[in-house]
Amino acid sequence: MNNIIKKFLPQILAILFVVLIFGFLTINAQTNMDNRGIDFGFGFLSQESSFDVQFSLIEYSGSDSYARAFLVGLLNTLLVSFISIIFCTILGVIIGVARLSSNYLIKNSAAWYVEFFRNIPLLLQIFFWYYAALRALPLPEKANAWFGVTYMTVKGYYIPSMVWENLNVFLYCGLAAIISIIVLRNYANNLRDTKGKQIPVFLYSIAILIVLPLLSFLFGGVSLEFELPQLKKLSKISYIYEGGISLPPELIALVLALSLYTSTFVAECVRAGIEGVSKGQKEAAASVGLTPNQVLKLVIMPQALRIIIPPTTNQYLNLTKNSSLAAAIAYPDLVLVFAGTALMQTGKAIEIVSITMLTYLTISLTIAAIMNWYNKKIEIKEK
Amino acid sequence: MQALNFLKPNRDNIKNYSIVGSALILISLIDVISNAFLKTNLTSFLPGSLTTLFPLILGLIGLNMMRIDYSGNKTLDLINKNINTNNFNALLTLLILFSIIKALPPSLSWMILDANISGDSKDACTGTGACWTYIKVWFRRFMYGMYPNEFHWRINTAFILVIALGFVGYFMKENLKKYLALYYVIIYPIIAYLVIYYLISGGSFGLQWVETGAWGGLSLTFIVSFFCLIFCFPLGMIFALGRRSNLPVIKYISICYIEFWRGVPLITVLFMSSVMFPMFLPEDFFMDKLVRVIIAITLFEAAYCAEVIRGGLQSLPRGQYDAAKSLGMGYWKMHIFVILPQALKLVIPGIANTFLALVKDTPLIFVVGLAELAGMLALAKTNPKWLGFAMEGYIFASIIFWIICYAMSKYSYNLEAKYKTER
Repeated sequence: MNNIIKKFLPQILAILFVVLIFGFLTINAQTNMDNRGIDFGFGFLSQESSFDVQFSLIEYSGSDSYARAFLVGLLNTLLVSFISIIFCTILGVIIGVARLSSNYLIKNSAAWYVEFFRNIPLLLQIFFWYYAALRALPLPEKANAWFGVTYMTVKGYYIPSMVWENLNVFLYCGLAAIISIIVLRNYANNLRDTKGKQIPVFLYSIAILIVLPLLSFLFGGVSLEFELPQLKKLSKISYIYEGGISLPPELIALVLALSLYTSTFVAECVRAGIEGVSKGQKEAAASVGLTPNQVLKLVIMPQALRIIIPPTTNQYLNLTKNSSLAAAIAYPDLVLVFAGTALMQTGKAIEIVSITMLTYLTISLTIAAIMNWYNKKIEIKEK
Repeated sequence: MQALNFLKPNRDNIKNYSIVGSALILISLIDVISNAFLKTNLTSFLPGSLTTLFPLILGLIGLNMMRIDYSGNKTLDLINKNINTNNFNALLTLLILFSIIKALPPSLSWMILDANISGDSKDACTGTGACWTYIKVWFRRFMYGMYPNEFHWRINTAFILVIALGFVGYFMKENLKKYLALYYVIIYPIIAYLVIYYLISGGSFGLQWVETGAWGGLSLTFIVSFFCLIFCFPLGMIFALGRRSNLPVIKYISICYIEFWRGVPLITVLFMSSVMFPMFLPEDFFMDKLVRVIIAITLFEAAYCAEVIRGGLQSLPRGQYDAAKSLGMGYWKMHIFVILPQALKLVIPGIANTFLALVKDTPLIFVVGLAELAGMLALAKTNPKWLGFAMEGYIFASIIFWIICYAMSKYSYNLEAKYKTER
């Protein structure tokens, strides 16, 4: 009897507590909304949004619905996260390896890089790039070309855009190349296991990856032209570039800040991962006659990656969540477009904030679930 | 590479080679330094891009001539071992050295030599460098926000009192130490709250009332992060214990709580506290915006705290639980007297890291209109009398935050090292 009470009483109390809190909040919300004449519902999503978004990946205008505005915001969030993840990985790996260098100067420069960018709040870094550094760039008419065809100006970064013909043929060729590489790898593995023969898979793969798309240019009718940004006079003093793709300064500031900030954390993960592989592994691999390249590829990297990948994915997740700081410099991400402008117009605080939070929650939980599955898969199976 | 072999020293000629090598490196350094500081190009007689590559090539040859496995000369061996192990390393060494030398003069002249600090208006800034006058004039605003100037001593006193009270634990008598946890978890937050309420808010004891809207600057950063830390710690402890509980309902409630807050960005939580939360309050119940923000950040950070504490709980060996149970201790007795004292000691570095993240997150409250340091900067930047000094402002704020965060991270690192050896 005593045991049953001990077991069930706390649980019942906990449920009661949660129900009471939620009930209290719901009743309050109900009365508040009744008093202000707001009704709860998600019908507003199909209404006309009638606001404009500065930068969008898909066609969008004021006559589109709020649901489409949400999609625009979500895509912008994913875009900035994706670009930043690529840059922060490249930087993070370089810095992480540099921290293990035997060169005193390199090691310490890398360490100071990490200490420097890690200890300044991200918001301040974004503000610094956006309000201070990028504002010092030249006006469009005074900009010098970078790499000949791109222009970094105070109004944004102008790059050439690609105009494809028969893009689908090119994509099919790329797909075919990837499939044939997978087949080749399987064949090579099979050959190695059964006959003990090695073939240079990596070189062949690169050759396939170059040759097949090249063939599509020669025979598939695919053509690629670059549309260059051209300086155009709007009025007496105002110039602008036309053609090509223009990346707004908000996006650049955000990508810079996010990738520099997150790269410090990625660097620490990489360093920990490489340090985590014991020296004996390397020596043992060398003593069975593997070449240094094979040691790195077959022994060190698989073990280091097992340590590196889970915390690094966590950092990618943090980066995606941190990209919501975009709202502070008016980059039209999910928070600004939906939880900012759309909320201001409709006044549907509860619905909109919940949708925004749920979206982020879904992204986080999905990646967490994939990570758990991956961890299970790569975990050392002990007999 | 084979052709360069005659440049390789051996034990016999290393002395001459190292002298020639250092001379070459010296020449390349002089070239770069004169180029950077005096703006003269010593090698202008060389064609095209060779002028820029000249010091690099010279330095590489010099370092190559000095490279030897063992020479017996201590300085030379030290250089070879640390910055000159192979050609690639030598190249990186030179690149880093040269870029530091190149970057020094412009940053020095901007920050110090051509900078202005005298005067008290924009007109005083005539140089091409930074305008530190701007920081000087706005310094009090950056530190205290719109808080009235004559009352700044109240904020200072409150901070000194709170910090002094925090150090009580160090000076407590040995026989009172067992109440330390009680003091820090329950009594200290209450006292700190009262001190800050009566001193900074005022309204009684003859102190004038200052509404929270006027609070701001760095002091607001400290207030917010301080309260969030002392409140999120006990809350996190509850959820950490809940997540490890055997009772399924409690366990899943804790998991849901932790995963929910860890899955959303802080900025949406702040939006929630400012636009959605008032809808959930009783009709005529008004809650200050600052309080709402502190509650929101506390709930948010508690989830992270809970995960850190759970890590500590998990790292305790099972034997501790078994031993406590075999002495006939119940759940609460076991946790209060055996498990938590050990686990909490283990997680102090982790908590310090959480606190560091918290301090770095506080500038975000700017998004919901609270003017802490980032907010005051935005305000000062748009002041018509002081347009165009964003760079100075953000560099100043970055330096302040960097010092705080760097000190904290070093402290937490030291703690980690200390507790690692004690185990």
